[in-house]
Amino acid sequence: MSSTAPPRLRRTALYERHLGAGAKLVDFAGWEMPVFYGGPAALREEHMAVRGACGIFDVSHMGEIETSGPDALELLQRLLSNDVAKIAPGGAQYSVLCREDGGVLDDLFTYRVDVDRYLTVTNAANHVRDLAWFNAHAAELADVQVSDRIDDWAMLAVQGPLAREIVQAISDSPLPARMTVASRRLAGAAVLVCGTGYTGEDGVELLCATEDAPRLWDEIVRRGAAPAGLGARDTLRLEVCFHLYGNDLSVERSPIEAGLGWCCKEDTRFIGSDAVGAVRARGPAERLVAFAIDGPGIARAGNQVLGGGEVTSGTLSPCLGTGIGLAYIPAERAVTGNHLEIDVRGKMRRAVVEDKPLYRKGS
Amino acid sequence: MSQASYPADLLYHPEHDWARIADDDPEHATLGITWYAQDALGEVVFFDPPVVGTTLAKDAAYTEVESVKAVSDVVAPLSGEIVEVNQALAENPAMINEDPYGEGWLVKVRLADASEREALLDATSYKATLAG
Repeated sequence: MSSTAPPRLRRTALYERHLGAGAKLVDFAGWEMPVFYGGPAALREEHMAVRGACGIFDVSHMGEIETSGPDALELLQRLLSNDVAKIAPGGAQYSVLCREDGGVLDDLFTYRVDVDRYLTVTNAANHVRDLAWFNAHAAELADVQVSDRIDDWAMLAVQGPLAREIVQAISDSPLPARMTVASRRLAGAAVLVCGTGYTGEDGVELLCATEDAPRLWDEIVRRGAAPAGLGARDTLRLEVCFHLYGNDLSVERSPIEAGLGWCCKEDTRFIGSDAVGAVRARGPAERLVAFAIDGPGIARAGNQVLGGGEVTSGTLSPCLGTGIGLAYIPAERAVTGNHLEIDVRGKMRRAVVEDKPLYRKGS
Repeated sequence: MSQASYPADLLYHPEHDWARIADDDPEHATLGITWYAQDALGEVVFFDPPVVGTTLAKDAAYTEVESVKAVSDVVAPLSGEIVEVNQALAENPAMINEDPYGEGWLVKVRLADASEREALLDATSYKATLAG
């Protein structure tokens, strides 16, 4: 080994399962994760399995921060952009974490797992920074505990029209509804079942002890869920225009530009609320739009838009059969139906600004 | 093709390209990407063939292949000028996965310097680079 060898990648509790299923493994935010399983057509097949039946994703690289104690709500209300007081026990909520200047540090789901106990799921690449941010602000409050739970939990996303049926069959009681969370026993293991996902399909996300993850994985696969990798996860989320942090969101961007004003409640006085409110009031210079390529070609992140703007996510949509993506463009041009010219590695490709989501069930 | 394969009659470039030079036509080569390259990419969903007459410089990118996930440069294993392109791939790019050394060829070139082939690898040496 040379002295410049990269640091050893972290592996999830399901690493052996990925190898056994023929996964192509890649470095994702320091984790060795499956991008797809098996042969060349695998990514498309996994994508279609989730749209048409059920897929299972290992998303154990995502982090968890637990916030508990009498001041937990006060802390989260300061940190998170949404109105955390609106989360009932057993509820879930999406929000962004902002700096003082309104730049986005992360986008996250927070689950209220008990009256004074919340679990916030972080993006793998941001987990350490998020945790430091939580801890720094927790120090200003009297009675709140922030703990890093990334090593305790494995996370499986079971997604698709058959996902609930498959998971229900191994559950001791009815699964929680969409946007709610509940503790259940699945195949004998204690699992936090979350009615959330990142694919635009119905389904659940399961948080379990790492040692229970392989058994749970096997049980769900045996009942018909197709192992699906991060490649399909990306095409699925992009078809329904969910943001990917690091591509479509960054500290350089305001949630208003990103189209996430709906989860920013400035009256809660969250950190960054003044800056976010100012952008909302004057209108952002650029907006994140969804586009579809008109003709051949696939735009990719970093491609420039003629007349200003940049593609932040781009792929070939397996369901639509065309190049699709998200791009920040000048706000005055961010109108559905407008034509864009995108410089795709030296070739100008025509694209049309589309309504979000790009893919709708049954379309 | 689902199993790794590296035919012995081809020359290989470490950037995962192959060249076929017929014994009776040492002035020309057919170029493509290796089994390893197509396997790493996944299903090729887009290939915009380069233009006949384009000049290739050994070790420099001359075209691109795209999977759903990413776009990858294809590096020229030899210098020359494109005399023919595999136009069928524009319609059916997944042929690059199905038959990377046959129907999935990319271009044919007139070689600029016959001695360049000496720098390429045989199948055994190329496979050794994949094991590392």
